[in-house]
Amino acid sequence: MMGKNDTPLELSAVGATGAAGANAVGNMPPISKYDNVSPRHNMSVRIASLVMRGVVYLGAIVATAVLLLIVGYILINGVPYITPSLFEWEYTSENVSLMPALIDTVLMAACSLIIAVPIGVGSAVYLVEYAPRGSRFVRIVRITTETLQGIPSIIYGLFGMLFFVTALHWGLSLLSGACTLAIMILPTIMRTTEEALLAVPDSYREGGFGLGAGRLRTVMRCVMPSAAPGITSGIILALGRCVGEVAALLFTAGTIAQIPNFVGQGAFAFLDSCRTLAVHMYVLASEGLHMNETYATAVVLLVVVTVLNLAANVAIKKLRKD
Amino acid sequence: MRPASVKEAAAKIMFAAAATISILAVALICVFLFANGVPAIAEIGLPEFLLGTTWKPNSGMYGIFPMIVGSIYVTAGAIIIGVPAGVACAIFLSRFASGKVASVLVPGIELLAGIPSVVYGFFGLMLVVPFIRNTMPSRGLSLLAAAFILGIMILPTIITVSKSALDAVPSKYYEGALALGATHERSVFRVLVPAAVSGIMAAIVLGVGRAIGETMAVVMVAGNQPIIPTSIFEGVRTMTSNIVLEMGYAADLHRGALIATGVVLFVFIMLITALFNAIKKNEVSR
Repeated sequence: MMGKNDTPLELSAVGATGAAGANAVGNMPPISKYDNVSPRHNMSVRIASLVMRGVVYLGAIVATAVLLLIVGYILINGVPYITPSLFEWEYTSENVSLMPALIDTVLMAACSLIIAVPIGVGSAVYLVEYAPRGSRFVRIVRITTETLQGIPSIIYGLFGMLFFVTALHWGLSLLSGACTLAIMILPTIMRTTEEALLAVPDSYREGGFGLGAGRLRTVMRCVMPSAAPGITSGIILALGRCVGEVAALLFTAGTIAQIPNFVGQGAFAFLDSCRTLAVHMYVLASEGLHMNETYATAVVLLVVVTVLNLAANVAIKKLRKD
Repeated sequence: MRPASVKEAAAKIMFAAAATISILAVALICVFLFANGVPAIAEIGLPEFLLGTTWKPNSGMYGIFPMIVGSIYVTAGAIIIGVPAGVACAIFLSRFASGKVASVLVPGIELLAGIPSVVYGFFGLMLVVPFIRNTMPSRGLSLLAAAFILGIMILPTIITVSKSALDAVPSKYYEGALALGATHERSVFRVLVPAAVSGIMAAIVLGVGRAIGETMAVVMVAGNQPIIPTSIFEGVRTMTSNIVLEMGYAADLHRGALIATGVVLFVFIMLITALFNAIKKNEVSR
């Protein structure tokens, strides 16, 4: 990528030394002030370096400090309010229990992954293993995934409301929310799976074919196992996005703090409205009545997201080790 | 046909079908957004909709100009706040930090990229907004608060993308600069950073995309008055917050106007994505 960049810069570097050399020979005043290494100039170079170093360190310190401040502030204010009543089975306006929201989050994330993972992994397999490289179809799919990647979650929310909730008459429901999230995380899963598949050396495929296996068996038995950690890390990242999402769910899954009643309603419970942990936190924060509990909910949310991200990192490390 | 080849063919068709789903999804999103938004724009009138400065759904006035300006202001503010710190941090991690420091900071920053936006918004609401209210001539919920929170939110994106651009510069650039007698700092700022500039630009464009599309954090701290702010201490409403605030109860033309706001936002995002791709292509072809 940067390799082609070499020539012009090196040429200009040579040009600069050439100019300095000419100065020495022609006894002309130095063109650049850095050509003259008198002690005073040396000082100004050192000061400039110090300033540059200061700017970099300041930027790094500010960025780290602010990010630490956010996590620290939420933890300090939230941890003391993590009480048993926050985990009671039923949500009431007194205990503002996050238990239903936590279970809804698990359900919602599981449903959207069940939809998105087969599609995402399947299409990545097609793009990498089946399609002729650089074909028009592949290019179009690439463009659409890039488009999906850039679309903000509120647009997904609008689309989910127009399509799943209204046009398909699914109402504000677990199913509408899960389908909306599935489309939203599809590009993440596709891209990470593609990268993982591309990282598998071709000799694995040649080995599979050489032993007489068909393409499907080669992909499933030779390529997939070695790409599995990369795919897993992508799925976990997608899971993290599901857990933290609010804007895409407000108008697709609604904000009712209940666990879909699978025992009483069977499959129709998928059409129940529910609120995930992040939506729950948003509702609490905008009601403004239970700030301490909102902090505590934020802590639980942070813990869930952090654990997921750590798991993704572990999966990536495993991929690199292989 | 042998059973094995039937299986092969079936698998191929299924994988291909999966690959078409993303095309289908983009097509459906476009169709449903435009089919519901464009009629509303037609009814309101495109100039009145885009350039009208009054948003009063109750009296049938649907001008989203204040929201477009609001989105641009908030995004610009986020860039002013987030980019210098983010790029400096990336330079630090790439060329100044010792291995130990970097090995703690890099995963830490990656973790922070995963923090949900509602947590950032809540932090802004509880700490940044009161701080602005108490120290500045402002009610707290303001353009400044929104820009600050967004600036923080785009930090991880800017840092990680800029850092990988800086890491990709061949080490002989740096060594060459050192050999010419430049100090470490001068080599980094005058040789490495210019060589990585298109990657850093890509990082900034990604940050812009994230900032302009961000919803929940902005709604919580921006004040949301649908008027063009005259100072950074006043409240502001973005296109995203306009949708989230009123979609819950909107009906008829009001609902259409909100979806049309989404259409305008969608067009903005498409333009930003195109710009990002142009920068990336430029980087590859150079």
